[in-house]
Amino acid sequence: MRAAPPEPTSVENIAAGLRAVGYLPGGSTALVSLLATKLGKPVLVEGPAGVGKTELAKALSRYLDRRLVRLQCYEGLDEAKALYEWNYRKQLLRIQTETDGTGWDEVQEDIFGEEFLLERPLMTAIVSSQPVVLLIDEIDKTDQEFEAMLLELLSDFQISIPELGRIEARTQPVVVLTSNNTRELTEALKRRCLYLWLDYPSIDHELEIVRLHSPQLDEIVARQLVEIVHQVRELDLKKPPSIAESIDWARSLILLGANEIDEAVFRQTMSVIVKHRTDLDTVAERVGRVLERS
Amino acid sequence: MSVYGGLPERAGGFGAALLAFAEDLRGEGVAVGTSELLDAFEALGHVPWRRQQDFRETLAATLAKSPEDRHVFELVFERFFFRATEAEATRHEFGQPALRAVDSARLDLDQLRRQIAAALTQGSEAAMSDLARLAIAAFAQEGSGVVGVDVQRIRRALGLRAEPRVDLPPDDPRSRGLSREQIRRFEQFLRRELEREAIARTAALPPKRPLTELDRALPTGPIEDLAAVHRVVAQLKRRLATEGHEQRGRRRHAQVDVRRTMRASLQTGGVPVELKYRPRRPRRPEIYVLCDVSTSVTSASTFFLSVVHALHDAFRKLRSFVFIERVSEVTEVFESERDFRAASTAVSRTAGVADVSGYTDYGRVWSEFLELVGDELHPRASVIVLGDARTNGRPPCEAAFQAITSLAGHTFWLNPEPRLYWNYGDSVIGRYEQHCTAFECWRTDQLEAFVKALARSR
Repeated sequence: MRAAPPEPTSVENIAAGLRAVGYLPGGSTALVSLLATKLGKPVLVEGPAGVGKTELAKALSRYLDRRLVRLQCYEGLDEAKALYEWNYRKQLLRIQTETDGTGWDEVQEDIFGEEFLLERPLMTAIVSSQPVVLLIDEIDKTDQEFEAMLLELLSDFQISIPELGRIEARTQPVVVLTSNNTRELTEALKRRCLYLWLDYPSIDHELEIVRLHSPQLDEIVARQLVEIVHQVRELDLKKPPSIAESIDWARSLILLGANEIDEAVFRQTMSVIVKHRTDLDTVAERVGRVLERS
Repeated sequence: MSVYGGLPERAGGFGAALLAFAEDLRGEGVAVGTSELLDAFEALGHVPWRRQQDFRETLAATLAKSPEDRHVFELVFERFFFRATEAEATRHEFGQPALRAVDSARLDLDQLRRQIAAALTQGSEAAMSDLARLAIAAFAQEGSGVVGVDVQRIRRALGLRAEPRVDLPPDDPRSRGLSREQIRRFEQFLRRELEREAIARTAALPPKRPLTELDRALPTGPIEDLAAVHRVVAQLKRRLATEGHEQRGRRRHAQVDVRRTMRASLQTGGVPVELKYRPRRPRRPEIYVLCDVSTSVTSASTFFLSVVHALHDAFRKLRSFVFIERVSEVTEVFESERDFRAASTAVSRTAGVADVSGYTDYGRVWSEFLELVGDELHPRASVIVLGDARTNGRPPCEAAFQAITSLAGHTFWLNPEPRLYWNYGDSVIGRYEQHCTAFECWRTDQLEAFVKALARSR
């Protein structure tokens, strides 16, 4: 028998819980997570790429000991891929194997049963007998029609299937929607969600995160690393380095056995945090020069 | 007897106060719905209010749902609760002890300056608030009574500057210069304390100050404009990429590839169990951008060039041209230069080719453009012209322009002049407008409007 899943009661409580599963929440992150579990409302998490939006959902699922159901959004995603689809091959075979005697009405009733329904992520989250964490990733990649389709699910946790009627959630899922803010989401969707804006963390917070994920790294080097990453984010880059990239960088520094970040080390390893050729030039010029001087 | 130390409750209590706060938010343009208010009330039931941080975050999570709204929310929150506290204080006559009583001769001014600079770099709120009161006591003896003026005077007297001051010892934070953000924050504290004092003096609340454009602007770096343009263009890219999809709607599933379906059906004895669909091939938009860089649009051309620059980031099949008197292709410049400043200097070098007399000659531009790309234009290509349509008295040559628009699928004209000035003087935008869709475009929000219109028109 497993231990009962934790029931968060306060902000400190949930913050400690998320820490325990390897996610260091900022002040408002823990609070909004608490509200999400208490109010049963979906959370819309927005922010630049790589600040841990998706990671938050994963951490919540680990902390609450619930299964994570993930729907990755992309352009052209439709309800057949997100909600449910009729297994028409099976339906076809069912009709073919039908003996002559049965009437159309019986067959029709039969082939639109749950047996012939293919569950897609949203449906899975709704009908699951255990409570789940539902992650709808990068919602801004889809079109407005898809958003509209989500509204019923997000406000009432139910899905209407014309042939079957309404399917209601058996348990209350925790829903996390993430968006990179490339497109303004509709008011209707926002109204149904709690809003959390995740930005790049402060130096101290990021230092803590880096230290958590690569504890072997020397503290002074780690601080220097985080400071450089913050400097790099200040520049006008195509893709500023994310937290995950800071961690990768920390790990590669451990592998190299570097005990300080000087200009040579930086030039060797900067491709870990900067991924565009033009960005590399900018960073090498600006940051490399600063390191050279010091 | 209430828990608040025996103060009589105000009419309506907390609920009314929160509603008034929401009303304030609406007044500043944040769309707060009733359902959101209900959420806020419910959420507050689950959160301890001991820390202002939690209370504020709870309200923000339920009421403010975009980065812009969030920023306005912070400002209104500050203003609303500051005024609410002050109103209560005046009502109960809890005046603050008059600051004027402090004898400035007893204050070590230099010590104070250093302390304030240190508090700024540490960013401690309580310390800054206290020091702001001290600073007012020290420097506001001959206050002008106008808060904004006093704030700046005190700041100057304190020597808070962004520039590094090398004459000071290295352990003084001012020797390295203070960040603008920190100075701005301290000014906020000064402003608040000055306002509080004015309220205490007159025992009445002044009318509330609506937020200005400057307040609303998100704190960002100097490249903010460029970033805003990039953001709008990212939207534009999405619109162009999904072009036509929404019209096809459900039909996109119905395109069965009969040939492949029949072939697949052989496996199941000729029964078409598995339907094969025609793959969807998203169309790649092809765009031609023509950008005016003549002197009459100098101020706008930086904006336009940054639009072109952002477009190059977004589209692979994009050819860009600059023109004054003649056309010159700059596609390569933008493709090889990531840095906008370098790109624009390179373009102004190239523009020299396009410049003979410094005056735009649209007629010549159209015919040269047709000559350059006329063969490549097709109904799926879009042409975007950025210019003011001022011909300097030269013939507009509509026929040539019409030839371009009829070859291309869509033609858009973005005019950097306010619509009021269109068709006045030598502007012939009206004659071109018959053949294309023209937009007024001199701010990023108008660019956004263009993107929206673009989406609607398809």
